[in-house]
Amino acid sequence: MLDKNGIAKRIAKEIRDGYYVNLGIGIPTLVANFIPDGINVVLQSENGLLGMGPFPFEGEEDADLINAGKQTITTLPGSSIFDSAMSFGMIRSQKIDLTILGAMEVSENGDIANWKIPGKMVKGMGGAMDLVASAKNIIVAMQHVNKAGESKLLPKCSLPLTGVNCIRKVVTELAVLDILPEGGFKLIERAPGVSVDYIKQVTAGKLFADDNAPEMKLD
Amino acid sequence: MINKVVAGADEAIRDIKEGSTLMLGGFGLCGIPENCITALVKKGVKGLTCISNNAGVDDFGIGLMLQQRQVKKMISSYVGENAEFERQLLSGELEVELIPQGTLATRCMAAGYGMPAIFTPAGVGTEVAEGKEIRNFNGKDYLMEYAFDADFALVKAWKGDTAGNLIFRSTSRNFNPVMAMAGKITIAEVEELVEPGVLDPDHIHTPGVYVHRIFQGANYEKRIEQRTVRPRN
Repeated sequence: MLDKNGIAKRIAKEIRDGYYVNLGIGIPTLVANFIPDGINVVLQSENGLLGMGPFPFEGEEDADLINAGKQTITTLPGSSIFDSAMSFGMIRSQKIDLTILGAMEVSENGDIANWKIPGKMVKGMGGAMDLVASAKNIIVAMQHVNKAGESKLLPKCSLPLTGVNCIRKVVTELAVLDILPEGGFKLIERAPGVSVDYIKQVTAGKLFADDNAPEMKLD
Repeated sequence: MINKVVAGADEAIRDIKEGSTLMLGGFGLCGIPENCITALVKKGVKGLTCISNNAGVDDFGIGLMLQQRQVKKMISSYVGENAEFERQLLSGELEVELIPQGTLATRCMAAGYGMPAIFTPAGVGTEVAEGKEIRNFNGKDYLMEYAFDADFALVKAWKGDTAGNLIFRSTSRNFNPVMAMAGKITIAEVEELVEPGVLDPDHIHTPGVYVHRIFQGANYEKRIEQRTVRPRN
């Protein structure tokens, strides 16, 4: 079973040289820490920055320079800054190669819910609806089961949707799964020490799982 | 050059009245029009509709206006950092329309470019699409979203000149340029107000034609929401 950093580390292996990548808040933000050496990527922050750098050194924080999670950050040589309309223009016109975001639920046909729990939590969708509606390659980083032990990989989402039929890959603490164009989760890799049987048990949506599905290699 | 300068925030917002629709620039607390918000709180004008990506935090930004119940309706994309906001929302005191961030930005842009509507795929198949016209282009569905119609846009820039030309700094640019273009009356507060000719025309982000009133701001707090740093080693 993976911790949050493990999920981030596994997702980082999906990043290719030359990608422009948008990282969502939470586990996706951690992916930046695991981008392999020799791979050049440019991170987009949808508040208006391409080329997001690491956190500043203490004392060098700049209130005018933040990421979409409102954290103080830095720029890098080659960074560029733009307004919010252009930021979503480059998202909508598919200039961003990969989007990595969190989810509360994902369905077997690639629907995603991550912005609202009716009557309990109303924070808003931020840029997530724009990203999932336009991105050509979306990876979801999420927990496989909720705190009550219920599957978050479902036949159909129960929460209000963020986007429909848009997710192609999910990485959880237990597994890497593709979502097939015809519907259904396909088990690609197991997390270290996790059995195929257990993954079957906690995946409520339709699951195609080879009993010999390989264990993921993180290094 | 036409001179757009007013004495300060109080004069700039003098005709904002009950029922006005305002755009407020900024992302989180970054690049918000701090002086105009302070003046609105002092003036106490109520019944406002505010278009802004976020709603501030409890004790800063638009949160200060929420505390005084000055806001009738918020149109935002993300409102997660404000307990008073959540309380007013759940109790029904405050009307809230949550819309995708790109839709918010582009509806501002459309207003500034003189286009009545846009088509975007964001929200197709979700509750955001309810009641909206859907058009199919090249096999993909898009929602029709209208350009915003705002009485006032309140923006914060780094530098501006007396003719209203603006330059923004770093990611405090965010929604400010598109909102500046979209207000029927646009009010810009700047950290440094200079004479025409000081700013290089090639470096202007917002041409002065979009700005109706400009003033030199004061006492910027520039509060940081998430102070994240790395160790020196």
